[in-house]
Amino acid sequence: MPRIVVDVMPKPEILDPQGKAIVGALPRLGFNGFSAVRQGKRFELTVDGEVTDAILAQAREAAETLLSNPVIEDVVNVEVVEA
Amino acid sequence: MTDLPLIGEAAAVAAHASGARGLAGARIGVVTFPGTLDDRDAARAVRLAGGTPVPLWHADTQLGDVDAVVIPGGFSYGDYLRAGAIARFAPLMSKIIDAANSDAKLPVLGICNGFQILTESHLLPGSMIKNDHLKFICRDQVLRVENNSTDWTGDYDAGQEITIPLKNQDGQYIADEKTLDALEAEGRVVFRYVGFNPNGSRRDIAGISNSAGNVVGLMPHPEHAVEVGFGPGSGLSGSAGNGGTDTDGLGFFTSVLNKLVGGAK
Repeated sequence: MPRIVVDVMPKPEILDPQGKAIVGALPRLGFNGFSAVRQGKRFELTVDGEVTDAILAQAREAAETLLSNPVIEDVVNVEVVEA
Repeated sequence: MTDLPLIGEAAAVAAHASGARGLAGARIGVVTFPGTLDDRDAARAVRLAGGTPVPLWHADTQLGDVDAVVIPGGFSYGDYLRAGAIARFAPLMSKIIDAANSDAKLPVLGICNGFQILTESHLLPGSMIKNDHLKFICRDQVLRVENNSTDWTGDYDAGQEITIPLKNQDGQYIADEKTLDALEAEGRVVFRYVGFNPNGSRRDIAGISNSAGNVVGLMPHPEHAVEVGFGPGSGLSGSAGNGGTDTDGLGFFTSVLNKLVGGAK
């Protein structure tokens, strides 16, 4: 069944405390190649049947109203993934 | 149903609430979501202040006969997604949002998770993210009352410093600079952290109001500082000697009761 993937990230100008904690932990494990980490969210919305334009539009609206808070987050990607 | 203070001077509480005597007819709704922790404390605070608490359930489709609403702290729906994000769409919330925005300007107080719900509901601007130090924090916190003309702060003096408990993980108040400037210019920063910013909140903001002053949200918990022997001043809660009293939070509840009967200020 097709899924609609929605990716949400903290806005660039907002400090991401969780990302900050992760970037601090990486070198302790020997991962020295990374200077910054930002942590976002990925949602997978399963669709019964075909992904019509109407359903995709619903997903985009849900992404902006429920899945993200526009004050602190951006919806960076909405895409259909088959199977 | 009445609650007498469990220990200490009953008269001290009575004196603090004296402006609100005879207000038992004022009905203050207290909302319970799945996961709310502080609804009983909020109801008790309403009672100690002289009002009548009315339990409200998140799935209620009618607001019923209430004169004001407290959205207490704790958690709501596990705070999945974001704190307050799902609670914002509860059936009762749409009624509260409509009533707060109506001409009647229903007084609404959001405490901690309740504050988060009010920002997710767009009744208040900005949002809360994880504390900048990433730890849960619990302490007695000094606040300055920056605006004593809201429905919930009329019994305080402008600039008065009060001490009430703070306990949160996602308490860092943020908004863009334009919103922060507007809040400051319009006097809508109602409370500011004094001496120590416990969560990295922008401009030390602990609480804000809407432009009409009927909707107020803050992270610290006034309902935990309403009774002699059980508040930050008693020295029993781990950080004595900060100069606060046990009942610095009671003024929130007496303020709204006085407001409802066209009282003092």
